[in-house]
Amino acid sequence: MVSRTTDDYVKLVQAGCEAVCEPAFWAGFDRSSAKGFFDYFSQLTKYEPARAAKFGLPHYCWICLNPKESEDIKLAEDVLEIIPDFLDSPTCLGVGEIGLNKNSKNELEILERHIEIAAGRDELILVHTPHLEDKLKGTKLIVDAILNQPSIRPERVIIDHVEEHTISIPRDKGFWVGMTLYPESKCTPQRAADMLEVHGTERIWMNSACDWGISNPLAVPEAAFELKRRGETREMIDKVLYRNPRAFLSQCPKFKL
Amino acid sequence: MNNNENQTKADFVELGFMDARYKLIDVAAFLDRTQRAGQADDYRVRELKKAITCLDADNPERAKQVLLSLSDPSEEPIAIAPGKGAAGAWEGSASS
Repeated sequence: MVSRTTDDYVKLVQAGCEAVCEPAFWAGFDRSSAKGFFDYFSQLTKYEPARAAKFGLPHYCWICLNPKESEDIKLAEDVLEIIPDFLDSPTCLGVGEIGLNKNSKNELEILERHIEIAAGRDELILVHTPHLEDKLKGTKLIVDAILNQPSIRPERVIIDHVEEHTISIPRDKGFWVGMTLYPESKCTPQRAADMLEVHGTERIWMNSACDWGISNPLAVPEAAFELKRRGETREMIDKVLYRNPRAFLSQCPKFKL
Repeated sequence: MNNNENQTKADFVELGFMDARYKLIDVAAFLDRTQRAGQADDYRVRELKKAITCLDADNPERAKQVLLSLSDPSEEPIAIAPGKGAAGAWEGSASS
C-alpha cells in the first residue's frame, strides 16, 4: 500500500477487509543502494502498520528483494544481509514476494538465496511468478528451485499470480496458489471465478493488485460479487475470500485474526 | 474437483455475450488497424493471430491454450535479463 493513498485503506475497511498483507515489491524504478531498501523495509514494517491502524485495519508485510532488482548480484547481496533483521519484525509474515521476472541466471541465484534464508528460519514464503510470456517457464523454474530445498514444506509456500496455464503446476505439488486480480492485462475477477469452478477451492486464494500501476484494491470484493452472481454459495465465497487466506497465514504465529 | 456440481447454473450467455462480442470486435479492429498501417508482420501480431486459432477448439480449455500459445516454451534460464518488462508474446530464440 506504500504507493496508495490513505483513501484506499478507508475503502478496504468499508468493504469488509479484515487485514492487509503487503509484499515487498519493485518501486517502478531501481533503488540505488541497500540503504534505499533499508528505508523501504522500514516503511513496510513501521509506517504502514501505523497508517492502517488508524482505521482499525491490521497490516502485515513480507520482506525480500523483488526479482525485478536481482540482476545486480552485488546490490542483491547487500540487501540480503539486512533482510533477516526485518523478518524479525512483529508484523512480518515471511519471505516474499520472491521469484523470477525474466527467468535469468542471476534472478535464479538470488531466488535460491532467499529460499535458503526462509529454510534456515522456517519462514512462510510468498512467490511472485513472471508476467505474460515468461510466466509458464518461470513457474516451472520456481517450483523446481523450492522443491530442491528439502526442508521447505510446500504447504508453507504460496505461488502467486497463477493463470489458467500455470495453476496446476504448483497445486499438483502441494503448494498453495494465489490469483492476483487486475482490471486489465492479467487475471480478471471473471477468470478467477472460472478457475475456481474448474479447479475447486482447496489451497487457493485471491488478492487485489494494489501497486503504482493500474490496479484496484477492491478487486477481491468484485470477484465475490461475480461468484455470487453466478450462484455460488455463501459458504464457498467465505472459504475462498476469508477462511483460506486465514488458514495459510495462520501458519505464521505472528498472524492474528 | 469440480465445484459447480451443487449450484444452480447462472445464465452465462446472458451475463457475458455482449462483453465477449465487443472484445471480439476489438480484436478484429486491431488486426485491421495494424494491417492498414503495415504492421501486421510484428511478431506480436503474428503470435496473436496464431493464438486466435485456439478459439476454434472443442474442449473447454481455450483460455489455457491461448496462454500456452503466447508463452516462452524454453526451459533453461537465460544468461542476462534483457530488461524488466514483458511483451505478451514470445519472440523466439532470438530474444533469449
